Amino acid sequence: MVHSQAVTEVIIMNKKLYGYTALFDTPDGIMAAAKKTADDGFTKFDVNTPYPVHGIDKAMKIRPSKLGFITLFFGLLGGALAILFMYWTMSVDYPMVIGGKPFFALPAFGPVTFEVIVLTATLSTVAAMIALFFYLPQNNHPLHDTDYMKTVSSDKYGLCIEAEDPLFDEKKVQTFLSAAGGKNITPVYNPEPVKYPLLQPKFLAVLAIIALSVSGATYFTLNKLMYMTPFNWMSEQEKLTPQRTYWLFEDGYGMRAPVQGSVARGFIPYPFRDQSVLEEGGLANPLLATEEVLTLGKNKYNTFCSPCHGNHGDGDSRLRGQFPNPPSLHTPRAREWSDGQIYHVLTVGQNVMASYEPYTTREERWAIVHYIRALQRAKNASDADIQLVRSDNNAR
Amino acid sequence: MEYKKKEIPGSVEKLGWILLGLGVILGAVAFLVDSSRAFFNYLITFMFVLSVAVGALFIVALEYLAGADWSVPFRRIPEFFAGAIPLLAVLVIPLLFGFHDLFHWTHTEDVEADKILQGKTPYLNEVFFIIRTVLCIGVWYIFYRLFTRNSRKQDATGDQKLTKKNITLSAIFIPIFAVTITIAAVDWLMTLEPHWFSTIFGIYFFSGSMIATLAAITLAAILLKEKGYLHPKITNEHFYSLGALMFAFVNFWAYIAFSQYMLIWYADLPETTFWFLQRWEGPMMYVSLGLIFIHFVIPYFGLVSLPSKTDPKRLKIMSVWLLFAHGLNLYWLIMPTYFTGKEVPVITWMEFTFPLIAIALFIIIFVIHAKKFNLMPVRDPKLRRGLDFHL
Repeated sequence: MVHSQAVTEVIIMNKKLYGYTALFDTPDGIMAAAKKTADDGFTKFDVNTPYPVHGIDKAMKIRPSKLGFITLFFGLLGGALAILFMYWTMSVDYPMVIGGKPFFALPAFGPVTFEVIVLTATLSTVAAMIALFFYLPQNNHPLHDTDYMKTVSSDKYGLCIEAEDPLFDEKKVQTFLSAAGGKNITPVYNPEPVKYPLLQPKFLAVLAIIALSVSGATYFTLNKLMYMTPFNWMSEQEKLTPQRTYWLFEDGYGMRAPVQGSVARGFIPYPFRDQSVLEEGGLANPLLATEEVLTLGKNKYNTFCSPCHGNHGDGDSRLRGQFPNPPSLHTPRAREWSDGQIYHVLTVGQNVMASYEPYTTREERWAIVHYIRALQRAKNASDADIQLVRSDNNAR
Repeated sequence: MEYKKKEIPGSVEKLGWILLGLGVILGAVAFLVDSSRAFFNYLITFMFVLSVAVGALFIVALEYLAGADWSVPFRRIPEFFAGAIPLLAVLVIPLLFGFHDLFHWTHTEDVEADKILQGKTPYLNEVFFIIRTVLCIGVWYIFYRLFTRNSRKQDATGDQKLTKKNITLSAIFIPIFAVTITIAAVDWLMTLEPHWFSTIFGIYFFSGSMIATLAAITLAAILLKEKGYLHPKITNEHFYSLGALMFAFVNFWAYIAFSQYMLIWYADLPETTFWFLQRWEGPMMYVSLGLIFIHFVIPYFGLVSLPSKTDPKRLKIMSVWLLFAHGLNLYWLIMPTYFTGKEVPVITWMEFTFPLIAIALFIIIFVIHAKKFNLMPVRDPKLRRGLDFHL
């Protein structure tokens, strides 16, 4: 003990004085001492207590902290950046209609903006506090790791007058502190200044360990832990399943392309695919115009054809103006076409009209042809037709 | 605890009675001129009195339950304001005659032609409505009696068990309060538009009424402090918590109001959006925009800093401001129903006369109670800690 004290004193000789500390036993004692220190004109001093003592800031005559302005600045900055970012992504770079709302939908941006304001304000406050307390880029405070700090963070109240204070004088401060009721009046010295504290090997090693452990734990959690099944009973079997690899094949693909030339069951090939207009009499309607077929045709016509051709085939589409208007289905040309020629248009398309083969079956397309014929006949009904309908209605 | 009671001069009470007389006479004239509009204005006044009276009882319960020290020297102020609860039973009677003017769902012939309203008849019928109103006011009254009886008894006996009793009462009252204030808000405000619904509406009304209650308490406390009626140990730091609570509820109100707006805006369903569109037509648009600033933006910056919460002069301005904001909020909630389909001015002399009744009633109730009872719970076990409060 004696030896180490001698060593310390040798070291002290070369160090710069930071300030003088004193300990007090009661909150009232520290309150009176702080008041006296401030009244005597000291400005560079601090009080350290194990818990917040109410009213100490008033006794010390410290001005309100300016930290709030840092919080305000970064909060507003974060909010502005959030709005700017959402404006750019949602309204400029990749505008998308979501729920029929405008591209710049301010109410929808509200919650995100609020959260970003909270995030940036909080993080900047913490960062600013650390920067101010530790005198960044220094990563240490002279009071750290002293016996004084250990005492005042458990059961004593401490006061420290700094050497930078204009009124500071070693002898005077010592007598002042003891007059104020302070005990254990001890000097505190500045630690050896480190030139690049952020590049210390110890500090860098800690950073590296933190980085490795955090990324390792993240990798383990997301890629290993989350995929561990508690029990897999028969859920994993040696069989071919869709969208999975399979060991049996050389390329490892579980899903195979069908052998060339293979045909799906029930598939009937359409041999006139490469002709733009089908010859007269090329194909006949395989379906009979029964009520069932006409109902099917009407249903499919209303679903797929009516958006452009209109409900009655007049070409009065609901989408008028957005596309070139389709011709009426009641023109002489359309009426003179054979069933096969209409079926051909439905199957391979014509001009702007696309093929409807992917959306309808063969039967459905033939049923649509029947329905178009019915529409054409209704539009150009002869007297005999009208008589027929009337007698039919009367019979019902 | 030595405490010398200082009597409030009779001139204050006289002022209250003069204001009340003026308000009642002008109110009667309003009913003769345009009874429909008068009923809507009277509803604003009624809801204002209700929100401050019941809110004050909630504050008393909250402070008991949270074990707050700072508020003990102030507790009599919300207790006196809650004295308006028995009056609600009287104030509600004129409204019962205005059912047909106020509530569309009382028109039986319209309800019969309306499938949606037919579905709501099990809840929205006059008998059940009156039962609910009587039940709510009755429950509030019972708790008001119990709380104040225990509190006043303690002034005489100093029995500490009474504090314990009131804490138990608070724990029972607060969930009941949550249900009853929601029922009151839904019944008297939301069913003005019987087709409209918003599940957050109860909290919306609660948040607004809390602001008004805290503003009323703050205003009364500062006026009493300025004239020296409060204990000299009550310092500016005691007002900090009142200011902080007001600030918190200003933010809470904005949060709830924005949530309600955003969800309705997002869903974009015609059966709910019409309510906001009503408030965006013609001059109501300026009221809606004004509400954002008067009820949130200006009070937010007015109360955000520490000095603004500890300076009684600034707090006094903010509390008067927030009382006005709550009145405007109620106007915004109630009047558009009256305006729909009518070409009438948005503001007439009537809007200024009815608030007189509410102001006068609170002055009279406060002074009458202050005459009879101590302005401070003199033998409350937490009083000394409350007086010694420091930030």
